[in-house]
Amino acid sequence: MTMTAVAPWTAAAFEEFLANRQEPVWLTERRRQAFATYQKLLKQPLDPEEFKRLDLRALRPEKYSLITTEQAATLSTLMADRAEFGGTVSHIDGRSVVSQLRPEYAALGVVFGSWETVLATRPEILQALERAVPADSDRFSAWHAAFCTGGTVLYVPRNVELSAPLYSLIGLSAENAADLSHTLVVLEEGASATLLEETCSDSATAAGLHVGAVELLLAPGSQLRYVQLQNWNDKVWHIAHQSGRVARDASLQWTVAGLGSRFAHIHQAIHLDGRGASAEVNGVTFATERQVISYYTQQDHHAPDTRSDLLYKDVLRDRARVVWRGMIKVDKDAQKTDGYQRNDALLMSADARSDLIPGLEIEADDVRCTHGATAGRVDEEQLFYCMCRGLSRSEAMHMIVEGFFQRIYDRIPVELVRETLSQAVQKKLGLGD
Amino acid sequence: MASVLTIRDLQVAVDEVPILRGVNLTIRQGEIHALMGPNGSGKSTLAYALVGHPRYEITGGSIEIDGTNINELDPCERARLGLFLAFQYPVTIPGVKVADFLRHAVTNIRNPNRKEGEGLIPMKDFRKELRSRMEELGMDTEFARRYLNEGFSGGEKKRMEILQLAMLQPKFAILDETDSGLDSDAVRVVSEGLQKLSGPQMGSLIITHHERLLEYNVPQFTHVMLAGKIVETGDAQLAHELHNHGYAQVRERHPNEAAEEELRLQKVPAAAE
Repeated sequence: MTMTAVAPWTAAAFEEFLANRQEPVWLTERRRQAFATYQKLLKQPLDPEEFKRLDLRALRPEKYSLITTEQAATLSTLMADRAEFGGTVSHIDGRSVVSQLRPEYAALGVVFGSWETVLATRPEILQALERAVPADSDRFSAWHAAFCTGGTVLYVPRNVELSAPLYSLIGLSAENAADLSHTLVVLEEGASATLLEETCSDSATAAGLHVGAVELLLAPGSQLRYVQLQNWNDKVWHIAHQSGRVARDASLQWTVAGLGSRFAHIHQAIHLDGRGASAEVNGVTFATERQVISYYTQQDHHAPDTRSDLLYKDVLRDRARVVWRGMIKVDKDAQKTDGYQRNDALLMSADARSDLIPGLEIEADDVRCTHGATAGRVDEEQLFYCMCRGLSRSEAMHMIVEGFFQRIYDRIPVELVRETLSQAVQKKLGLGD
Repeated sequence: MASVLTIRDLQVAVDEVPILRGVNLTIRQGEIHALMGPNGSGKSTLAYALVGHPRYEITGGSIEIDGTNINELDPCERARLGLFLAFQYPVTIPGVKVADFLRHAVTNIRNPNRKEGEGLIPMKDFRKELRSRMEELGMDTEFARRYLNEGFSGGEKKRMEILQLAMLQPKFAILDETDSGLDSDAVRVVSEGLQKLSGPQMGSLIITHHERLLEYNVPQFTHVMLAGKIVETGDAQLAHELHNHGYAQVRERHPNEAAEEELRLQKVPAAAE
């Protein structure tokens, strides 16, 4: 089922991996460079600013490997069966299984499919790789770039506006499978699209590894709504670089939900490259049992009159842990920047722990940047008030938790996403079906 | 048969400081009781102790509904037995819509054995009922969609308490200074609201400094609390006198409690009110 007896992620495994792929020379060359970088970076420590609060000792890369056989998976997803999507692309264990797009969208020049189909028809689109996530960012991005298993690609031509959302599913099925998938979105000038992406596991118990990347490239005046709902089982390691580049007058609305995984670390970056670019980032995190969910978020203002607005809400229960390190960076020329970041954690138990650290690095002198973070237990007076109205303590707690997330839901214009998040939270609270 | 709320020799401490020192009071469904007394005498303590606030520890005596001791019940169980407190300072529940909150509350109160996750009363009936209660209280029905008490003015919060009272139809309602901090228009609105809700099915304990609420809701009994005890009980006339003349005469008639009050003020300048 796994590739061979060759130890995974070694030079021998890499050669074998390349031999099994029919890819253009330029891509193979990139992979070779990335692999060399990976080997070099493995010997160097990770950036302590990003990783010092995380314990990666239990991550054993050699335990996981790439799967070459097709899996018969019956994934129980949160969104897949729920709406009329303009197109669907699914990957399981790093292999493309579904790739569909409405013919009328295809006729407009929209491309939505797996790497394989895009390489066969419009390979130049993949030339945009690494514009937002350079392979040499750290050992994980290099590892990913070398062994990338493919992924979902969306390309929307100039001034094409897609009204129906597109759906991308990343699934894990086989025991100890590794998924190194890459989501690439390229919007040309004035284009507009919504992409809903979900990660999930076929079984509740199969261990897995995701070393992923997301690149969102917005040309001037384009608009993207992107959602990634991370809903692995609690045996999966999830490590990803996710980055958006927003050009002049373009706007990105990005929602991340961290519900699943045993350990998740996402390096999420927004680059506001052109005047008038704006980005809104919403984060919903619900960590339970012994889950560790971590984010390193960057809002980089490279141009004047740019706006970024990040709001994360985390709920923690049991012995779960959430780590967040946020940074707003404003370049010298990025005057009139409006930057905002806030992260609030709500602790449902005494053993849960959150570390939330906002940060600013500002080189321009005429900006408005605010940041904040709060962490606290569920308020006893709120519980008492609810109980005085006949709600049990647990029901009151759950209502307060859902209310806590509501402020994020209020920022999400896509009803399907609001509903999905709300149901996923309820499910995790032990409510509903 | 009318239900009875019986408070016997109730003693309550907050953070181990005794506040109530033996309160006796019986309220029947359909009766209106006024509870008056100077600041720090223990009126709000009685209110919180009745509904079961965890910080208010019952150190002696009992609270009974129809002969069943409820001392050990949590606030939710007491609410489902028909106790309601209109808060002096209503709590904000961010992100929870008034309608969602009330739909859960109403379902639980009407179906006291309901467990979490079990069905709620039908949305259509509930909406209809909520809308008509809101209209009766002169409330903008838009409030149903707002988050509970979030960004509400003082008057709006108090009116929201009265709306909850109207929806939950408790056997016993305790109103803790529902008229405080409001302008005279708002006081009139809440007073009228309460008046509409009063009837043979509800006993009320109105804690107030003002006359207005009692003009609309004339008490059969007025109780005066001093230093953690009810020292006098009269009719509506007593409330009127206290409002006009203050508590000087009460203190004269009850020198022991007045001395205790003096002592408390020295010990705990900001006694739990």
